[in-house]
Amino acid sequence: MHDTAISLIELGAVFFGLGILGRLAWKIGVSPIPLYLIGGLAFGTGGLIPLHGIEPFTHLASEIGVVLLLLLLGLEYSAGELVTGLRRSWLAGVIDIVLNAVPGALVALLLGWGPLGAFTMAGVTYISSSGIVAKVLGDLGRLGNRETPVILSILVFEDLAMAVYLPILTAVLAGVSFLGGLTAVGVSLVVITLVLVVALRFGKYVSALVDSPDPEVFLLRLLGAALLVAGIASELQVSAAVGSFLLGIAISGSTAANATRMLEPLRDLFAALFFVVFGLNTDPSQIPPVLPVALLLAVATCVTKVLTGWFAARMQGVGRMGRLRAGAALVARGEFSIVIAGLAVASGAVPGELAALATAYVLLMAILGPVAARVVEPVARMFLPSQAKKA
Amino acid sequence: MDVTVTPLPGLGTQQDFTTRSGHRIGVITYRDGRFELIVSDHEDPDKVAASVALTTAETSTLANLLGAPQLVALLNEQQSEVAGITTWQLSVAPGSPYAGRTLGDTEMRTRTSVSIVAVVRDGTAHPSPRPDFQFSAGDLVVVVGTAKGLRAASEILEKG
Repeated sequence: MHDTAISLIELGAVFFGLGILGRLAWKIGVSPIPLYLIGGLAFGTGGLIPLHGIEPFTHLASEIGVVLLLLLLGLEYSAGELVTGLRRSWLAGVIDIVLNAVPGALVALLLGWGPLGAFTMAGVTYISSSGIVAKVLGDLGRLGNRETPVILSILVFEDLAMAVYLPILTAVLAGVSFLGGLTAVGVSLVVITLVLVVALRFGKYVSALVDSPDPEVFLLRLLGAALLVAGIASELQVSAAVGSFLLGIAISGSTAANATRMLEPLRDLFAALFFVVFGLNTDPSQIPPVLPVALLLAVATCVTKVLTGWFAARMQGVGRMGRLRAGAALVARGEFSIVIAGLAVASGAVPGELAALATAYVLLMAILGPVAARVVEPVARMFLPSQAKKA
Repeated sequence: MDVTVTPLPGLGTQQDFTTRSGHRIGVITYRDGRFELIVSDHEDPDKVAASVALTTAETSTLANLLGAPQLVALLNEQQSEVAGITTWQLSVAPGSPYAGRTLGDTEMRTRTSVSIVAVVRDGTAHPSPRPDFQFSAGDLVVVVGTAKGLRAASEILEKG
């Protein structure tokens, strides 16, 4: 019983500490993700509280955190929105991939981490944090701006790209051959197409499976379904995250809205633990050596995201200022970069420094992103001639 | 009017149009049923200068304010042939003695000889209201009559 007491005290201290960090984050107007990572790093050194009795729990909880992160991401969009988003913004989406995946891949190759490391880092630098971006747009009152639909459709495209990328990543990290990798790609593409078709045609039946007027039953069914699908998906080498993302897409309409409301607090809880565990597993002494590289990468991928937004917004006929706003809004990277790095590091197929680089990079980008979105207009006004009328 | 409908993936829908003065005006309807009125910046039409969150009751009040003038303008246009007759819109303010009482109670026709042709409530016009029509605060009353009668009618709705 004594052990339980210790575990409870440790867990309580962790949660309470995260609560303080989260409060601090919103006070200074940044996302709490970097602070959770720092919290994890601090615990990991054995500096504050050595956490021993709770590893099994935190490990599983961080897995559940990933599942819930992706499930809610899927719930956010209806299948119809995904399809129209894909049709509307595929060109911008492709530009986004090329501009933002390349810097990460290049850096990994230069550091000698091989093709696997390059493939992982490509994902880390590519994907914007839809959570941070949406929050920043809301906070700055820019949801009615003409560039906002452009930003949102790029985020939709990125999430779909994730659904293709994650299974491939899981497959190549598991060390399957080139042919096996191709099979994984084929399987995942077929599965995604199937899910989209099912969601478009029979979304209401999937929703009916989990829906219940009783909140308690609804929550249990939702969680049960999510973990079942995630487990089966990872057994099939499609990765748990993708499984839950697809389940999220398949659940639609009012069920999805209720599910989001219900799961949000749970997601926040488990996702916070996921970031902490990632920080715990990262050796802080590895961060200073990779810091210059992380800084370089941060600056480069700030520029590439701004360019992405610029091009995408220009295609929709948005003026110059709006193009810059679109670009700056996309700068933030966060939870999904860490999910990707976490998958890679857990497989042991990439060097441990990758975790350190990803951590340092996300720390920079999660803080830089909201700042960039805020300062882009005043800065642009200094350089651009006034009256940025429609170009 | 050319209303543009833009889906905002994950959030809702935005409907807007551009005014002759070069502003973009519109409404964002969020999935959770919230509304937001948006007005674009004059310098940079891509940017929103103001976005105001509105409750359902507030949207209908706004629709009221915008809906009644149109009706008044229309009636005025129709009666422009008749000399000395105009159309006004009077409001039943909160605290008006007739808020919550019927049209018959005002004895408007007897006292001022103006006609109440419509009452606009929650953005919809109720044409030719009967004497048992019950006013409520916030209603806009569209009245037709001589200038003198209209002034008297306005007094009545305000002070009883």
